[in-house]
Amino acid sequence: MAKRQSGVAGIWSDDQLILEAAEKMRLAGYKKFDAITPFPVHGMEEAVGIKRSTIPWVTFFAALVGGFCGMYLQYWTSAVSWPINVGGKPMFSIPAFIPVTFELTILFAALASVGTMFFLNGLPKVDPPIIDPDLTSHKFALWVPDSEEGYSVEKVEAFLKELGAEEVKRVAEY
Amino acid sequence: MMDRNPLILGNKTYKDITDDICEPVERLPGKQWMLMFFSAKALFLFYLTSVAIILFTGMGLMGTNHPIGWGTDIVTFVFWIGIGHAGTLISAVLFLFRQKWRTSVARSAEAMTVFAVMTAGIFPLIHTGRPWLDFWLLPYPNQRGPLWVNFRSPLLWDVFAVSTYATVSIVFWYVGLVPDFATIRDRAKNKMRKKIYGILSLGWRGSTRNWSHYEMVYMLLAGLATPLVLSVHTIVSFDFAVASLPGWHTTIFPPYFVAGAIFSGFGMVVTLLTLVRIGFPKFKDYITIDHMEVMNKIIMTTGLLVGYAYCSELFIAWYSGMKYEQYAFINRALGPYWWAYWIMFSCNVFVPQIFWFRAARRSIPIMFVVSIFVNIGMWFERFVITVTSLHRDFLPSNWGMYEWSIYDAAILFGSFGMFLTLFLLYLRAFPAISIAEVKPVLYVGKKRGGH
Repeated sequence: MAKRQSGVAGIWSDDQLILEAAEKMRLAGYKKFDAITPFPVHGMEEAVGIKRSTIPWVTFFAALVGGFCGMYLQYWTSAVSWPINVGGKPMFSIPAFIPVTFELTILFAALASVGTMFFLNGLPKVDPPIIDPDLTSHKFALWVPDSEEGYSVEKVEAFLKELGAEEVKRVAEY
Repeated sequence: MMDRNPLILGNKTYKDITDDICEPVERLPGKQWMLMFFSAKALFLFYLTSVAIILFTGMGLMGTNHPIGWGTDIVTFVFWIGIGHAGTLISAVLFLFRQKWRTSVARSAEAMTVFAVMTAGIFPLIHTGRPWLDFWLLPYPNQRGPLWVNFRSPLLWDVFAVSTYATVSIVFWYVGLVPDFATIRDRAKNKMRKKIYGILSLGWRGSTRNWSHYEMVYMLLAGLATPLVLSVHTIVSFDFAVASLPGWHTTIFPPYFVAGAIFSGFGMVVTLLTLVRIGFPKFKDYITIDHMEVMNKIIMTTGLLVGYAYCSELFIAWYSGMKYEQYAFINRALGPYWWAYWIMFSCNVFVPQIFWFRAARRSIPIMFVVSIFVNIGMWFERFVITVTSLHRDFLPSNWGMYEWSIYDAAILFGSFGMFLTLFLLYLRAFPAISIAEVKPVLYVGKKRGGH
């Protein structure tokens, strides 16, 4: 996951105002900035310019793998490893194997999706530094890391103030 | 357009929401909670003792014997699994339908699901009679051949269905809790609390990139949990429907069981939430009478569906022209277990009809009483299905009665101790309303002033 960076954060206490500010920031050419919000603010992804998450592809392929493994497990144990005649049913009794196949499809898909989400979000993180404890409660921040093109602390500070940030903070490590 | 009723009452700010919901986690429990917790705990210990006695002495202590091979264990297992279904319905299905009112009740309903499935899972394990060999239920390579499990058996499908359901429900619940744990972590004034919730929150930050993946996964889990929850009770019903016993061998079972599960689950949600509203008066602004009313409407609807299934079963028994099937249903309604059948029928079909009246739907005492009746009725439904079909099958020389023993009663009532202990602990340790989900619906039905 990304190394710790220094940067500047502007803090708002209204989700509508920060949404407008994020939109302006993107239009001003900022690319690496992010918004930190206590809840998913509707429209923020577009405002910050984040592409749709690719996790559904992981879900899809994990589901295929789960379904295949489920069916193969049943085929191999019931028809190959030790075939046992149960009530005269065929060794490879596909209709009877559907429920377990279905359950394993769901199980693989769900666990893989959550695992991917944790991986992409860099969780679990041990003791990550935080900008402000209120950002998980009732405040909203725009965060510009030092990796931003043409970054300078003064310039970003001035821009955040111009956007209407109630408080601008220099962050040494985030 | 008609104005919606606000989902959250009072003039709250985002900070008020955080404060209100975190408050029970951050203070010492009151007398009421302590009293309830110690009662539940006592019942739980009683349950553990009863189970231990049954395991040490043997299954003979319970009433299951020929011809009633399935008794309290299976009945109570199906009862608890069914309870769980409403939680997933609220958290997943209503999420997909964009029902915003779900946000206030989803967390507790999911908690109920997780604990109900845990409580349920123990019963089939006891029912096997030798729980120390229960790992035989899993297909693992062994030195007996290897001898594999029988994948053509609905009982094995159930092992996979219930364990998948338990896993996905817990994961879904936990994913929802992560941002709220982060909220508690950042508010914590006490070092220990900061540490514990810091670990639970996995270091969540809430950047938009995180939220983007998070929301996607939440939707995917909802999409996966929806067919899953329908499949679980379908497969539970296969335990019965695949057997060729009159009263069990019917195609209506899967939808009938799913409707019954949702019905009983909403009954339990209403029971628990009326108590939560009394215990935490501040939550009344979040879990409003409107929320309760919507759930009561669902209880009434699913009650009617269940009633339809009862009548349809009777009709099909007559229409099939099969005398064993006809006898099974006459015997249910008028035989030695007539009382169980009519308790089931009146609790599930007649009692919820009171919700046709708006005043009844919005009265806390009435809905509490009805929800208790629903729970009783749904336990009896499973009792009627399981026991009455087994006790008189094709051969009159094979008939018998269920020898209900004091141990059957002990583990049935004791299991409530386990469920309530877990639920009461949850109410104090976890944010009982989803903080991050409630905030976005703060302004639903209100005018947003200012700018």
